[in-house]
Amino acid sequence: MKVKVSPWNILIGFVIMLFAIFCMLPMVLTLMVSITSEDAVRQYGYQLIPKEFSLYAYKLIFHRDSSVMRAYAVTVSATLIGTVLATTITVLCAYLLHNKNVRYRNHLALFFFVTMIFNAGLVPWYMMCRTLGLTNNYLALIIPSLVFSPFNMFLVRNFMNSIPDSIRESATMDGAGDFLIVFRIYFPLCSSVIATIALFYGLGYWNNWFSAIMLIDDTKMYPLQYTLMRLQSQINMIAEMQRTYGRTLYDMTPPTETVKMATAVVTIGPIVLLYPFLQRFFVKGIIVGAVKG
Amino acid sequence: MKTQCRRKYTIFHDIIRNRASYLMGLPAILYALIFGYFTYPYMIIAFQKFNYRTGLLNSEFVGFKNFEFFFRSSQVFTITLNTIWLNLLFITFTTLAALALALMFNELRNRYFIRINQAMIMFPNYLSWVVVSFMIYSLFSTNYGLINQILSVLGSKPIAWYNNADYWPAILTIMRVWKGAGINSVIYMATIAGIDSTYVEAAVIDGAKRWQICRYITLPLLMPTVSILTLLSIGGILYGDFGMIYAIVGDNGILLRTTDVIDTYVFRALRRIGDPSNAMAIGLFQSLVGFIMVYGSNALAKKLNPDAALY
Repeated sequence: MKVKVSPWNILIGFVIMLFAIFCMLPMVLTLMVSITSEDAVRQYGYQLIPKEFSLYAYKLIFHRDSSVMRAYAVTVSATLIGTVLATTITVLCAYLLHNKNVRYRNHLALFFFVTMIFNAGLVPWYMMCRTLGLTNNYLALIIPSLVFSPFNMFLVRNFMNSIPDSIRESATMDGAGDFLIVFRIYFPLCSSVIATIALFYGLGYWNNWFSAIMLIDDTKMYPLQYTLMRLQSQINMIAEMQRTYGRTLYDMTPPTETVKMATAVVTIGPIVLLYPFLQRFFVKGIIVGAVKG
Repeated sequence: MKTQCRRKYTIFHDIIRNRASYLMGLPAILYALIFGYFTYPYMIIAFQKFNYRTGLLNSEFVGFKNFEFFFRSSQVFTITLNTIWLNLLFITFTTLAALALALMFNELRNRYFIRINQAMIMFPNYLSWVVVSFMIYSLFSTNYGLINQILSVLGSKPIAWYNNADYWPAILTIMRVWKGAGINSVIYMATIAGIDSTYVEAAVIDGAKRWQICRYITLPLLMPTVSILTLLSIGGILYGDFGMIYAIVGDNGILLRTTDVIDTYVFRALRRIGDPSNAMAIGLFQSLVGFIMVYGSNALAKKLNPDAALY
């Protein structure tokens, strides 16, 4: 059936396009400022079309000893290790709650529910991390708060419940143990939902600065997002000092405007690269999670 | 089973019989124990004058003193009100924008157009609030920001956005819609896709216009999903979005009047001021009231639609 284009449709398409442009505009502005020369920014302000093109900011960032590169390495390793660990833990636990031989599986589900709906809050969490010694080391970036989420686990469990149980039974009959069943049968069958939760975790680790602000004091261990955040607050601090004292404090040249924006662009980079993949699996997970958790 | 000859099947029997499965679940169980259940005792800090050196067991008990101090100051009122007000703004406008987007996308037929625009609208969702705060800065910065440039072109004076707290609930709401409307609209689009097409076909035969189909079929059938999602988010209304607000506002004291929420207050009390007892007192208040609300909204959602509740 061919639907003819009505003025109504054109209007709707136009409104949607406006919103899409509104969504992209801040990103484009950030990108454009990052490739403008510093002088042009100081003179004309942030502009959508660079007055003077320059890649100087990127040269500074990609310098061998720059703090941004170090933070990049920290974030990439934390994301890779964390995502693999978190996904494995989650899928294995989902199998425990799915396995019909486990008669206490519903009790266990309740055990996890409780931690989902009753949260003691920030202070106990922080005290627990201190007690466990999860401060000022790389483990603090990986383990607390991110490495296991009951919500993701229930997502996987519900998916597993839709797999006919006869598959597991026949594998057991053939003498396969639980580990063999999980790794050889459930991992391949659940690959789409595993990709979804891996993306949830991966994005969580990539965008994580909460662990750093709470638990890390050593600047060498700062992840990318927190480095970025500090860049912003340093600038605010300097601006405030300048307001207070009415002069520029010597020895404290603020990080340049373009470097800030270039750092932001570099932070977004991998998300852009993975975008088609993200869209496909992330959206699926959101829908399943929202309609039935 | 009444038969007494067999011993009761306890969890220990279960563990022994399914030891491989339990072994697989062990890391997650330990995690839930340590970062869930074992954190609960620390809530006693709210009734103590907590000292990092002496620890939880040997700190001095002060009863309800922390709460007294806290409820007597007007701050608790301000931050609770801010939390609720900002969340109400976020929920209302994100839901409206997401609904509008879903209904509009539903009218369009060109797949490529839909795909491209959807990809653009959903992109901000994947960014961290830190990155977003940079974008906000590039728009609202007093000296260099794009908006002040536009204002000066239009002939008005530049506005010092970062020096006036009154603008920020609106700015935060706009950025919230900007970031979340796309992903939320996907949920509604999935619901629309699930609507039985015979309703629409019957209406078309009866001569319904597209606007009428939207108004009398799609929207009413969408309402259960909307109300349940709204209900669930109202359950979490006492939890401020720390990640968003701290990333954007940071320690800018001028903006705290309208943007300080419970979560940012607790953070500052704990990490900046170093007063865990005070932080825990409001944290306890938030946890208890928040739990009742989350639980209540879920129970209510379950009553409305047994399949829809989160738990």
